[in-house]
Amino acid sequence: MSSHRIEIRVKPRPGLLNPEGKAIHHALVSLGWTGVEDVRVGKVMYLDLDAPSPEAAVEAVEAMCRKLLANPVTEDYEVSVVGEAEVVG
Amino acid sequence: MSTTEGTLHAGAIAVPPVPPRDGDPEVTAELVADHGLSGEEYERIRRIMGRAPTFTELGVFSAMWSEHCGYKNSRRLLRLLPTEAPWVIQGPGENAGVIDIGDGYALAFKIESHNHPSAVEPYQGAATGVGGILRDIFTMGARPIAVLDSLRFGDLDSGRVRYLFAGVVSGVGDYGNCVGIPNIGGEVAFDRGYEGNPIVNAMCLGLMKREELITASASGAGSPLMAVGARTGRDGIHGATFASEELSEDSDEASRPQVQVGDPFTEKLLLEASLELIASGAITGIQDMGAAGITSSASEMAGRGGSGVEIDTARVPVREPGMTPYEILLSESQERMLVVAEKGKEDEVRRILEKWELEAAVIGHVTEDGRFRVLEHGVVVADIPALPLTQGCPTYEREGVESEHVRSLREKDLAEHLSPEGDLGDRFLRLLGSPNIASKRWIYGQYDTTVRSSTAVRPGGDAGVVRIRGTRRAVAATTDCNGRFVYLEPRRGAHIAVAEAARNLVCAGALPTAITNNLNFGNPLKPHIYYQFREAVLGMAEACQAFETPVTGGNVSFYNETDGRAIYPTPVIGMVGVVEDIDHITSHAFRNEGDAIVLLGANDAEMGGSEYLYVTAGLVAGRPPSVDLMAERSLQQAVLGMIHEGLLRSAHDCSDGGLAATLAEAALGDGESPWGIEVALDDDLPPVGVLFAETQGRIVVSCDPDHAGAVLRIAEIHEVPARVIGTVGRPGGDLNLRLTRGFVSVPAARAAEAYFQAIPSIMDAPATAGA
Amino acid sequence: MRVAVVTFPGSNCDYDLYKAVQLVGGEPTFVWHRDRQLAGYDAVMLPGGFSYGDYLRAGAIARMSPIMDDVVAFAHRGGPVLGICNGFQILCEAGLLPGALVRNASLRFESKDVHIRVERADTLFTSDYDHGRVLRIPIAHGEGNYEAGEATLEQLEGDGRVAFRYVSADGEVTEAANPNGSWHNIAGIVNDRGNVLGMMPHPERATEAILGSTDGLGLFTSMLRSLAPAAA
Repeated sequence: MSSHRIEIRVKPRPGLLNPEGKAIHHALVSLGWTGVEDVRVGKVMYLDLDAPSPEAAVEAVEAMCRKLLANPVTEDYEVSVVGEAEVVG
Repeated sequence: MSTTEGTLHAGAIAVPPVPPRDGDPEVTAELVADHGLSGEEYERIRRIMGRAPTFTELGVFSAMWSEHCGYKNSRRLLRLLPTEAPWVIQGPGENAGVIDIGDGYALAFKIESHNHPSAVEPYQGAATGVGGILRDIFTMGARPIAVLDSLRFGDLDSGRVRYLFAGVVSGVGDYGNCVGIPNIGGEVAFDRGYEGNPIVNAMCLGLMKREELITASASGAGSPLMAVGARTGRDGIHGATFASEELSEDSDEASRPQVQVGDPFTEKLLLEASLELIASGAITGIQDMGAAGITSSASEMAGRGGSGVEIDTARVPVREPGMTPYEILLSESQERMLVVAEKGKEDEVRRILEKWELEAAVIGHVTEDGRFRVLEHGVVVADIPALPLTQGCPTYEREGVESEHVRSLREKDLAEHLSPEGDLGDRFLRLLGSPNIASKRWIYGQYDTTVRSSTAVRPGGDAGVVRIRGTRRAVAATTDCNGRFVYLEPRRGAHIAVAEAARNLVCAGALPTAITNNLNFGNPLKPHIYYQFREAVLGMAEACQAFETPVTGGNVSFYNETDGRAIYPTPVIGMVGVVEDIDHITSHAFRNEGDAIVLLGANDAEMGGSEYLYVTAGLVAGRPPSVDLMAERSLQQAVLGMIHEGLLRSAHDCSDGGLAATLAEAALGDGESPWGIEVALDDDLPPVGVLFAETQGRIVVSCDPDHAGAVLRIAEIHEVPARVIGTVGRPGGDLNLRLTRGFVSVPAARAAEAYFQAIPSIMDAPATAGA
Repeated sequence: MRVAVVTFPGSNCDYDLYKAVQLVGGEPTFVWHRDRQLAGYDAVMLPGGFSYGDYLRAGAIARMSPIMDDVVAFAHRGGPVLGICNGFQILCEAGLLPGALVRNASLRFESKDVHIRVERADTLFTSDYDHGRVLRIPIAHGEGNYEAGEATLEQLEGDGRVAFRYVSADGEVTEAANPNGSWHNIAGIVNDRGNVLGMMPHPERATEAILGSTDGLGLFTSMLRSLAPAAA
């Protein structure tokens, strides 16, 4: 077993309204960044997990996403291994 | 079963054929069935059209003739409800009802359900429910001044139920908090009868000067139609039809693309812009694009105005590329309005909308030909006569037969439960700690209750009260329904719902004035459900007549079923009342040591449908308590008389949990200074009955002991049984209840802990499971 | 006292603030966030609400509004600026007050009456209160947890710039009395010159007996009295 650092990107589902992104978009445009076409706001989470392999770690985290970390009705998620977890003394 | 054969489509006008649009599916019998239309209904559409409808037209009919928009299984019975009174300015049929509340002011109010969306995504479902009801109010020209929420869930021992409950509460809160409308009350009940199919009803009250009223109609040929607010996306397509179907186990998966996301910030801008637009005189009509989106708002405005509309979907601002006319017409994206501008005043409309940073686009115009016509880049894709579309939905009267199972539950002998073993004090504490009785502070602590600086009575009492600035008046509002009673005996249950609502208002010092109702039921095609519906509507009609509280509008939510199991029939009564003078505002909590406690009304031992049975035996059975509507009315008049004389320090309605719970609630108040009480009850009844029966027609009041005589005299004049049953004790004392055959004594601190900690201890416990 | 009540898109306590100023005899005017006119006012008030929906961070987008340059200039000239709830958040985002308001420790919106103690009775906002008086005032916020670096907190405490602190009904600073997890139970602070006050509780909602408390009135009467000679 080794500890893996996992990055989870929780993203608003395409097509669903993202009010927060809309308001930020509006603010950016009014501050002069006229080239911004769209803004969508999601979340990034980092999680350290003991697992026999990176694949197993991803599989476990995907289960967590389905159960808790992402709202399957409004959000999609991507899971990736970003390295070994830092050892905490 | 029979259908109405109106005259609307008789002599259908020959319709120019509309060629099928490239890429749209062919209209087949299967597609018609998928749209929730019967073969008979489809034939009716063909007759109205004089030809087969296109795919787009089929979608339009399906939405407008859904239960949600067309009221096809309810309209006939709803006609039995009283809707008129001298103070009613606007009855059913508009976005909201409106009543005259005096001093030149009018009150718009309405309740609406968002049950199905909340079952799929509790946070967004509840949030968008609040958003929709706010728009119904401000499109009448009224400024929203209060919201209430009426909620039902399964028992809180289920993780899924806790998830739904927490999500709904934060959705209701976040939306109303952000827009800045105080939540002043409502109710919540937990019972296995709502497992899987929660009830989320939101009510809103809005204030306006009488002359500010505007109705949603499109008139003036050539006047531009403008889409205002959020862009149109693919969310919520067929929400109106969705609300008219049962949920099944795979609903979560299948329903996902339909989830609507609320944006309360845009709503706040829409609110301000709409009120400014109405005040400017630059518009002639405005309506929320709610259920069935552009379709219902445009066709209903045309139908009411006796005119027609023409819309080009290519001019509607969209959120996603490639949307078809079908999708644009049926999208239920939130925070959008349809505005009819006064011809030539488009620029003034634009100026106001620009100030509020809102997008607006002219998408069509009003016509004189009575048609609902839709183009795509100038090519006609739908062309339907507006009146038969909005008014021609067939209505049905179904067969209603009472379920044998319910009958046997009602007839169950409850005698054994009246003389249980064990300590009454323990039972008392268990009841106070039941989430149905316990303090709901965990909920309303997440709601802004004081914004607008007008809330005189906050949630937690019998009714919320909001003062009207610049006058001596205030308005009170409450929502009520005990679904168990309605389940066990629908007609009587409906009587109780109306009577309890009225009692709650008079306890706050208000005269009950009018009603909006939210009829939450199962599938009306099932005879035992239709029976519940019919009986409940009849009961409601009788009670509304007795109390002179007309119904000015509301909402019907059918198909509240999961895997074939229906919820308890839950006709929620949203009642508003007028407080003539703010000095009359009364709260439920005791206020002074030594005050006399007076019981108005008579005790009985009617245990049917009580919370006591549910808590102690897990039982929903027996005959609900009897109701004497005329005696209820006398009781209400007596209490208002006492309040007007300035005699009362508190008044509290006796309902869930019976007299014991009522006394405890009055003693515990908001928890800051729980009072002891010394009460003696000499009824010759079993102790359980005296303490916990939910016998109707009772109110507990407190007054200065020197005023007790005057209180009893007013009761006597109104022929209301009344007696002094005790006194308010010292802060932090004991709750002592002496009965002819028993004695209950509980320290106020223990009662307070049971009452205030019940819901937090369940909801804030670590490791609450997720979805 | 002529008061500019600034309305941002999403402000929802602007009307309440307007009425509270009027109640004590001040002259309030609504100023829309794009109308850059603060000349001729004796005080500026930033109301509560959810400017821009509180999206991104509470106050972060409103801080970019055109009028904020004028508010900053007004404050730098020594003009009195009061920010309540969302107004406090905007003042922090704009750098007129140090620190930040982050999510409540409970992770929930908290709406209830709280008790706060007057820690400074010598500012133009609080002169009508007695030092140490306990006020009962409503709160209603999701992000009211005051946070600042250790050095800033030391400086705030050292300079006596904490204007209000959450306390129990009898005036004790306790954890139970803290509704949002704020450091040192901070409910409101002033800037170093004492002319900018930010606070999370809503004094404008505690100005009439019918609302349950009149303890917030003192804030408005203090300002009226402090500013009256200047206006004359």
